[in-house]
Amino acid sequence: MDQMRRKVIGTGGAGLLAASMPASMAFAQGAPIKIGMSMPQTGGLGAGGQAALIGLRMWIEDVNARGGMLGRKVDLIVYDDQSNGANTPGIYTKLIDVDKVDLLIAPYATNVTAPIMPMVKERGLLLMGNFSFQVNAKVQHDMWFNNAPWGDAKGWSEGFLEAGKKAGAKSIAIFAAEGEFQQNLANGAREIIKTTGWNVVYDQNYPGNNTDFSSIIRAVRASRAEAVFVACYPNESVAIMRSVNEIGLGAQVQIFGGGMVGLQFGPVMHGLGSLLNGVVNYNSYVPGMKYPGIEEFLKRYTPRAMEAKVDPLGYYLSPYNYATGQMIEQAVNATKSLDHKRLADYLRRNEMKTIVGPISFDKNGERAKPALVQAQFRNLKDNDWDQFRAPGKQVVIWPASEKQGDVITPFDKARKAI
Amino acid sequence: MFSVDLIFEAVLFGILLGCFYAAVSLGLSVAFGLLDVPYVAHPALLILGSYFTFMLAKTGIDPIVCGVLLMPVFYLIGIGFYRFYYETFEKRSTETGVRGLAFFFGMAFIIEVCLILFFGVDQRTVAASYIGSSLEIGEYRFPYRMLVAFGIAVVLTVVLTIYFSKTFNGRAIKAVGQDEGALRLMGANPVKIKQLAFGIATAINALAGAMLIIVGPVEPSMDRIYIGRTFCVVVLAGLGSMSGTLVAGLVLGIAESVVMMAFGASWAPAVSFGLLLLMLGVRPQGLFGR
Repeated sequence: MDQMRRKVIGTGGAGLLAASMPASMAFAQGAPIKIGMSMPQTGGLGAGGQAALIGLRMWIEDVNARGGMLGRKVDLIVYDDQSNGANTPGIYTKLIDVDKVDLLIAPYATNVTAPIMPMVKERGLLLMGNFSFQVNAKVQHDMWFNNAPWGDAKGWSEGFLEAGKKAGAKSIAIFAAEGEFQQNLANGAREIIKTTGWNVVYDQNYPGNNTDFSSIIRAVRASRAEAVFVACYPNESVAIMRSVNEIGLGAQVQIFGGGMVGLQFGPVMHGLGSLLNGVVNYNSYVPGMKYPGIEEFLKRYTPRAMEAKVDPLGYYLSPYNYATGQMIEQAVNATKSLDHKRLADYLRRNEMKTIVGPISFDKNGERAKPALVQAQFRNLKDNDWDQFRAPGKQVVIWPASEKQGDVITPFDKARKAI
Repeated sequence: MFSVDLIFEAVLFGILLGCFYAAVSLGLSVAFGLLDVPYVAHPALLILGSYFTFMLAKTGIDPIVCGVLLMPVFYLIGIGFYRFYYETFEKRSTETGVRGLAFFFGMAFIIEVCLILFFGVDQRTVAASYIGSSLEIGEYRFPYRMLVAFGIAVVLTVVLTIYFSKTFNGRAIKAVGQDEGALRLMGANPVKIKQLAFGIATAINALAGAMLIIVGPVEPSMDRIYIGRTFCVVVLAGLGSMSGTLVAGLVLGIAESVVMMAFGASWAPAVSFGLLLLMLGVRPQGLFGR
């Protein structure tokens, strides 16, 4: 009798509790869906990684507020890979075999993702890519879907080289860090350059831990190149821009930049300020581009980022990580399944609606319709955060569909342009 | 392809770069070179110095002045570190080498994590009139920030050389690494002398850290980049030699600058560590070691 009474009270109590909870908090029975990943939270990629995580966590909150997926709460299990590719295979093995996660998202960036590609292919697992570049080009895993807005290796540098060609450049200097991403990028540029007939007057790599670029910039200046293509990671961007300002590239340079990661990050842009003027560089989003929902997302993102002491602008990675969550949610809800093959099949065949625009994939799991832009920094002052929120400070010069203005050349003139 | 002018410019810049390497290695030269303490937390303290400078510079104080103002604070931090190291390891055991290594590695990680917690992982920079511009002499351009590093390295080397050769405490510091017993017979307390030396080694990091953030942006994990290079300079110099540290820094700086300019930056680390291996093979005691 006593046991029966306890049962009745317990059931009634649970019912009352469930009724008093907001609809968003009430999940059907079942263990949470575990999504696992590593993310660079320290090291050279840490700044980008932490901003990306805020975007992803915002989606986790939103999806759980909508009742989760398949009636189950969604949990994110994330480990810091310290921006070190040597750490990621071990972390993903733990996520799969020990944490038993249901779904996997790749860490931000190429150099930490490349080492896990053979493993996920071998195990036949779906992997949502995270701003990687060409990591699936050789592995050819048919369950890889990259959230990045770029397509193949050539697509990245195409806009930059096209602008240089229009400006009359006939010679080029290339310098790139020794890393999977930077080398893929530089190789893409080299392929296009072969067809343009440009004279490559300087082509060197540098080690990723290089701290001063004065010697490299001196050599580039001595080469008298008319276009300078750079492929680097965030840690090097500031040092490169400082050296360019101090040493100079020569009046003959028409266009500078191309593939510099870091110049999309708020703290880096703020730190460099007017030194960025004239640089033409790739980007995934700049103010003025119209994506449905991105402005509302960024309004919610900024206070969280400021609290977490990370990039308060968050244009580069955070909306794309939120978009990764949106794609997972659409695929799981449509297939009503966590089966990796079914999810991959759905992702391959359907166009996803996200806050960074519609996304569909090609056979390699990269964007079927790339949305990468090349933008030129203009009229920037020092020590002004708000200027980066206004349109006109990063003017999209390529592609034509997103164009906001013509490129200003030569580089020296563009640096002074107001 | 490269003119004599360009090579000459690379050598001149190498001198500036070398002085920068020497300045970031001087603290280690005192702690590891003179006291034989495996002070692997040295680069982490260097980064700590940069972050403290970053904070203080927000008030409008020049970064170099910030570095000077922070030296007494770092001196006390150094004394605290040594007391802890002494009480926990040196006093109790003879195996201070390996345990000390683990201890200072631990300290380095703790400093790095604390920096991440307080400042986040973004790169930090400071602003000053001499950052981002250069001195132009004819066709040559020398970044002012590197000239600042040059000045700091020369001043620190001269001051430390005079201190270690002309003062009682300085000479006692040089002696304590060689024969503690003999030093005790001279009426000096070896523990207090080591404590003093550790304080000095750490205080140097405040100024060197300020110089580091003047030369380039810093982020919490950047200490890992400097572990190899600072130990390389100190060993190449000959343990405990201040002027040797400057010369070793110059050798590395010039070699790296010329190689980077003429053959590509990829070869620069190989040349640095190749020089170290060569030195260890030919003259194991280093350039100025005895």
